[in-house]
Amino acid sequence: MTETGTEANTYREIYKEEANEQLLELETALLELEETPDDVELIGRAFRAMHTIKGSGAMFGFDDIAGFTHEIETVYDKVREGNIPVTKELINLTLKAKDRIKSMLDETPPGEAPVGLTSAEIVAAFKKLASGEEVFTSPATTPSPERASSSYTAGENITYRIRFKPSPDIFLTGTNPLLLLDEIRSLGECRIAAQVDDIPPLTDMNPEYCYVYWDIVLTTGQGINAIKDVFIFIEDLCEVTIHIIDSEDGFTVEEDYKKIGEILVEKGDIKKEDLQKVLTEKKYLGEILVNSGLVAPDKVESALVEQEHIRKVRDKSKAKEETQSSVKVPAERLDMLVNLVGELVTLQSRLTQTASLFNKAELSALAEEVERLTGELRDNALNMRMLPIGTTFGRFKRLVRDLSGELGKEIEMTTEGAETEIDKTVIEKLNDPLVHLIRNCIDHGIELPDIRESANKPRMGIIHLSAVHSGGNVIVRIQDDGKGLDKEAILAKAIEKGLITHNAELNEKEIFGFIFHPGFSTAKEVTSVSGRGVGMDVVRKAIDALRGSIDITSVRGKGTTVTVTLPLTLAIVEGLLFAIGKEHFVIPLSIVEECVELTREDVRKAHGKNVAYIRGEMVPYIRLRKEFNIPGQEPPIEQIVVTGRNGERIGFVVDNVIGEHQTVIKNLGKFYRNVEGISGATILGDGTVALLVDVPKIAKNVELAEAIFG
Amino acid sequence: MPKTIMTVDDSASIRQMVSFTLKKEGYETIEAVDGADALSKLNGRTIHMIITDLNMPNLDGIGLIKGARSNPSLKFIPIVMLTTESQESKKLEGRQAGATGWIIKPFKPEQLVAVVKKVLG
Repeated sequence: MTETGTEANTYREIYKEEANEQLLELETALLELEETPDDVELIGRAFRAMHTIKGSGAMFGFDDIAGFTHEIETVYDKVREGNIPVTKELINLTLKAKDRIKSMLDETPPGEAPVGLTSAEIVAAFKKLASGEEVFTSPATTPSPERASSSYTAGENITYRIRFKPSPDIFLTGTNPLLLLDEIRSLGECRIAAQVDDIPPLTDMNPEYCYVYWDIVLTTGQGINAIKDVFIFIEDLCEVTIHIIDSEDGFTVEEDYKKIGEILVEKGDIKKEDLQKVLTEKKYLGEILVNSGLVAPDKVESALVEQEHIRKVRDKSKAKEETQSSVKVPAERLDMLVNLVGELVTLQSRLTQTASLFNKAELSALAEEVERLTGELRDNALNMRMLPIGTTFGRFKRLVRDLSGELGKEIEMTTEGAETEIDKTVIEKLNDPLVHLIRNCIDHGIELPDIRESANKPRMGIIHLSAVHSGGNVIVRIQDDGKGLDKEAILAKAIEKGLITHNAELNEKEIFGFIFHPGFSTAKEVTSVSGRGVGMDVVRKAIDALRGSIDITSVRGKGTTVTVTLPLTLAIVEGLLFAIGKEHFVIPLSIVEECVELTREDVRKAHGKNVAYIRGEMVPYIRLRKEFNIPGQEPPIEQIVVTGRNGERIGFVVDNVIGEHQTVIKNLGKFYRNVEGISGATILGDGTVALLVDVPKIAKNVELAEAIFG
Repeated sequence: MPKTIMTVDDSASIRQMVSFTLKKEGYETIEAVDGADALSKLNGRTIHMIITDLNMPNLDGIGLIKGARSNPSLKFIPIVMLTTESQESKKLEGRQAGATGWIIKPFKPEQLVAVVKKVLG
């Protein structure tokens, strides 16, 4: 592949990324618009998103997308002007169009039938919507002399020439013309030339009068009304003239005609060199005009400013439609940065430790300084990967809307804490489990409207999705006001599956815990949404992989709440450091509940069972020394690190607990990658390695072993 | 230093709404119940802008505007009047008296803030 080929591909990739973001924005705006159809701001947002998709699409060779989006944009332009009302039909159609654009982006192979309507069908439907309305309004509007009104609509960049000449006594109305110029500047790319030829000699001057006027060249996509609005308070007190001098559509046509010299050269009537000679002898028009005394020099200056402005705007619109205030960086580069920062944190803690040995004031001061800086650097680097969780929330709204319609249910989704920030990697991996949990709410949780009504509940069910920071964790809650979990059905199923015996005594948490077992479903029939029994175990695995935990509470008839607790980042973890023999290990602090002592006396009392009694409650424990085959004798008083996951408490017996440790997690090398029970490693301040204990894995292995060997 | 805006209206609820909205935007506010009250409070204080109702007892908005414009220190102060659509003639009168701009009632807080930013910068 040639280099230019790869470059073009990169642009296409960037465009796809951008378009996907815009599509999400479009969808969010549409869904909000559905709730508040008169919100002009929202219509504007939807329009802008489509405009960006169209504009950049044409630039990177996505002509089909550009063409298609243009048709919809045209309709939305009318919506924005208030000629077409926002209806459910319009929104439905636009959502379909959004899906269509998405599938065009993903480049569905031509052989495959696209899901939903084809582009042509959607465009036809839009045209029908638009034309039906146009017939209705056309008698009221008089066709304007310039065919302009439809093509010079807001959204496309148009260049205007504005002369703003305030009446001399404008200050007496408390108006500051400079503020108005600032406002004009905020509308777009702008050049302003002050005209001073009206200023009288000092003797005739009234200091309270304004003698200056301004020539402005402005390129804006906001339309002529936005400009008129700036001068709204003083339109009767000043002279404001606005002309369109250039539009984006116009300039290709303009450059089509040839100059007279070019034609003559082509026809062979004149030699190119001769023409050049004549041209260089020729004076500039501005110079001629000034010399002949027809125009004042500053007027020519003003015209030149305008010319330069137009040239600049055209160059710019060729290059890139808009400049962005943020920088896009490939995720790998950020990962690299975080890795390096991790190394630095490790190095810094070694430095601190070494400095403490020497007991020298200068060295300690330096070490402290480095510690402070590294801390800041670490927080900054991690922050860069943080994204608001709301980016996924938008997608779920669509899911709820579509699925509830399919199942004949009325469900509203409310969200809270969309601005909560969490690591990008976590967000990406969180998407699938959340989709599954929400699907569950829609299918199993919320009842059909009629059933809800007979249970004295509103017909409209509510799924509430919330995210909140809690220490180093983010807690995501999915709450529905549906029928709740059926404890008896779950118990019966667990017995049927042989997971427990008939007379087992279980608390609520343990019972709900069964739904995380593979192949466990109490749904009576399989629907398109769920019931096939794959899922909750996968959800749990995914959450485990994120070092998070999942918890279910439910009240029969009132609803179910699923709480997912996730670490803020995967790169650095607050860990609890402990030792067995000479080896060091770390467990994520987020799952540690408490540490208690285990004496020989306690062990003897348990009669050979690996169970400790902690405040009257039985907690099974696992001896890590045995699990990891560490030689040597355990100390007379050992420690149990009690962990709590998904409602189960399991203790891990270790020699001694050292304390909290900021763990920069390193992946294990290829050779050790498949070692069970260890999920990573970290380097301690003195350079020794501590291993990260994979708590779910070890617990599962021990459970399995007990099931097999009793 | 935050800019100070005087809101003049005989309706306490409008005064409150204006004050509240502007305070939220970081401005300081002074309230006056009518034109006369406003003029008396204008002296000896630095005020950057006046927002006034037109129909008020004692001294109406037009009178207040005229009064302010005849005071050298208030000659160039931005004055925005609150009008209703039906008061087109009043609006014109206010313009001639030297009002900077107007807001048509009923209005939303955002509109108020937009106008304040427009004339005050």
